[in-house]
Amino acid sequence: MTQSDGIVKPKTKRSKRFLESRAPKLTEDVKTAMIMKGGNTSQTVTQALKDIYALKKPNAVLYKKKNITRPFEDSTSLEFFSKKTDCSLFLFGSHNKKRPNNLIFGRLFDFHVLDMIELGIDKFVSLSDIKLSKCPEGTKPMLVFAGEAFDTDNEHKRLKSLFTDFFRGPTVSAVRLAGLEHVLHFTALEGKIYMRSYRCLLKKSGCRTPRIELEEIGPSFDFTLRRTHLASDDLYKLAHRQPKALKPKKKKNISHDAFGTKFGRVHMQKQDLSKLQTRKMKGLRKRGGGVVSEDQDGQTAKVAKVES
Amino acid sequence: MAACSVEELLAKAEREEAEKLKSITVHKELDVEFDIGNLLACDKNRIESRDFRGQKKEDFLRSLARDNTQLLVNEIWKQPTERVEEAIVVKLPDSLTPLPREKPPPKPRPPTKWEEFAKLKGIQKKKKTNLVWDETAKEWRRRWGYKRAKDDTKEWLIEVPETADPNEDQFAKRVKAKKERVAKNEFNRLKNIARAQKIKVPGVGLTPTAQQSKDDLSKAVSVAKTSTASVGRFQDRLPKEKPPKNTGKKRKFEPLIGNFSNEKQKQLDMLKLMDSKKPKLDITKAVNKQMREEDREEAAAKYKKGAGKKGRKGNMPGKGKGKGGKGKGGKSGGGKFGGGKPVGGKFGGGKKRGKAGKH
Repeated sequence: MTQSDGIVKPKTKRSKRFLESRAPKLTEDVKTAMIMKGGNTSQTVTQALKDIYALKKPNAVLYKKKNITRPFEDSTSLEFFSKKTDCSLFLFGSHNKKRPNNLIFGRLFDFHVLDMIELGIDKFVSLSDIKLSKCPEGTKPMLVFAGEAFDTDNEHKRLKSLFTDFFRGPTVSAVRLAGLEHVLHFTALEGKIYMRSYRCLLKKSGCRTPRIELEEIGPSFDFTLRRTHLASDDLYKLAHRQPKALKPKKKKNISHDAFGTKFGRVHMQKQDLSKLQTRKMKGLRKRGGGVVSEDQDGQTAKVAKVES
Repeated sequence: MAACSVEELLAKAEREEAEKLKSITVHKELDVEFDIGNLLACDKNRIESRDFRGQKKEDFLRSLARDNTQLLVNEIWKQPTERVEEAIVVKLPDSLTPLPREKPPPKPRPPTKWEEFAKLKGIQKKKKTNLVWDETAKEWRRRWGYKRAKDDTKEWLIEVPETADPNEDQFAKRVKAKKERVAKNEFNRLKNIARAQKIKVPGVGLTPTAQQSKDDLSKAVSVAKTSTASVGRFQDRLPKEKPPKNTGKKRKFEPLIGNFSNEKQKQLDMLKLMDSKKPKLDITKAVNKQMREEDREEAAAKYKKGAGKKGRKGNMPGKGKGKGGKGKGGKSGGGKFGGGKPVGGKFGGGKKRGKAGKH
């Protein structure tokens, strides 16, 4: 973009603010998702996109019109849209004979596709199919991944990272305990991925921690993994690089041992032992004429280790 | 009944406690991993597909989800809590899962040509006040912008200087001068951007300048000469014209077959060059570098010493202002110490300053 390079100067304060909001930042904003559909979609896919939009709502853009693109073949139009709406996550739904009920989850880095994972919907229960009270919009969900595939298989690992990125919501420093009511559970089992969304009821258990009861609120999906497009290792690494300013500064002279005990290292000036006040005795009193020879007994090491 | 022993009571209490905890404890073979910063849990246990098929699918998934969520909630409830406006909030630690960034981290803006120069010379930015006293209006006014002090655009009459052409429009002249200044500034800004991005700026030989030097002219001539369809091949030379300087040379290749001894000699020379690890000393470059280094050191020393001092030091020989002298008088001690630095006669700034302090 020529504008972000600073070649075109913003002419008004408002446009300057706008460009600043788009410019790269040290601590980034929440990733927004664009949710769009391809040339042909089935009822299932359309409803699924709507439901995921409802889960993601304040940080998502739902595209109403068709966009006839195939992300796995040509991702330029996706990159264009991401630049336009400043989104770095996308969800693309399509339906055709070869790949019925198709969802593509993906994310972008620096307006280029980083990861794309294609999932086929085998079974879908909509948010509106289940008549129960839902979670309020914008609730930060608890994410749970179950199944050993998420730890062993490379594609599943990436999928886990992608889902975490997609659904985790804003990064917050604190969360209200009573507000923890939405659980997204992903289970990898027998080559399928089961995504379930539950409302979490906190019951009294007799101690401080409540007992959890879950009730399904939808949407629930049974996914099968289809095509994937994973970023190369060096690009993936580059995308993970944290700026130096964000890394915590190393504190000098403080260390911890294996048991978590804190050690402080204190640097001291060399002590002048000739001026040391010892026990006062008549015999040791300084006399005017006599010069006491400078005592040069072994001075202790400069650095003393002090446990704090 | 009164004889019921202490042990019995204790055991009963323990059992009750266990009963209470039972509702919130979940046993897993492998520990579930947590990332509380993201409210994330990852259960690596193997799921028995036999259980999955045996029970109803949804019920199995829900019970699995319940157990995992219970573990996650237990972990969340262990975090430190505080009360904010009648709501109990739990403080979340930083997230542990590394997730990719949205955009690459911002790069620091590369210094402009002026900033580089200012650093070399030790020139510091100084804050100007926003309001200045306007002598004609007898009030405080903005330095810049609307209703500024000493606004020379709003004058209705301009005196024509004696040397100027009487028919020249002085108003138009001012406007033109202002436009040129703006254009120059914009040009410099673009040059800075180009320099930062390491793009070669085209047409350096033909940029209009106020006064063209001999070099500029010769450059313009050479550019004009080569700007023909045949790239200046058939252009006539002027009498006493010098060949253009700093133009690219065409690569020339040796014939593929022929002079073997020449080729051998070349290869041997190159090997010799590679073998001797002595770097070549470029005298002019080294001298320039040394001079720059000294300049920079001096600037650093000046910066350290006169941190409170404002603006340029008025130590030009012809400028004997009272204010400048006063300012230096206070600094005379510093000047003496500063002058003690072993710099060559060329950099006599420190010494001179010391003298100025004395008289």
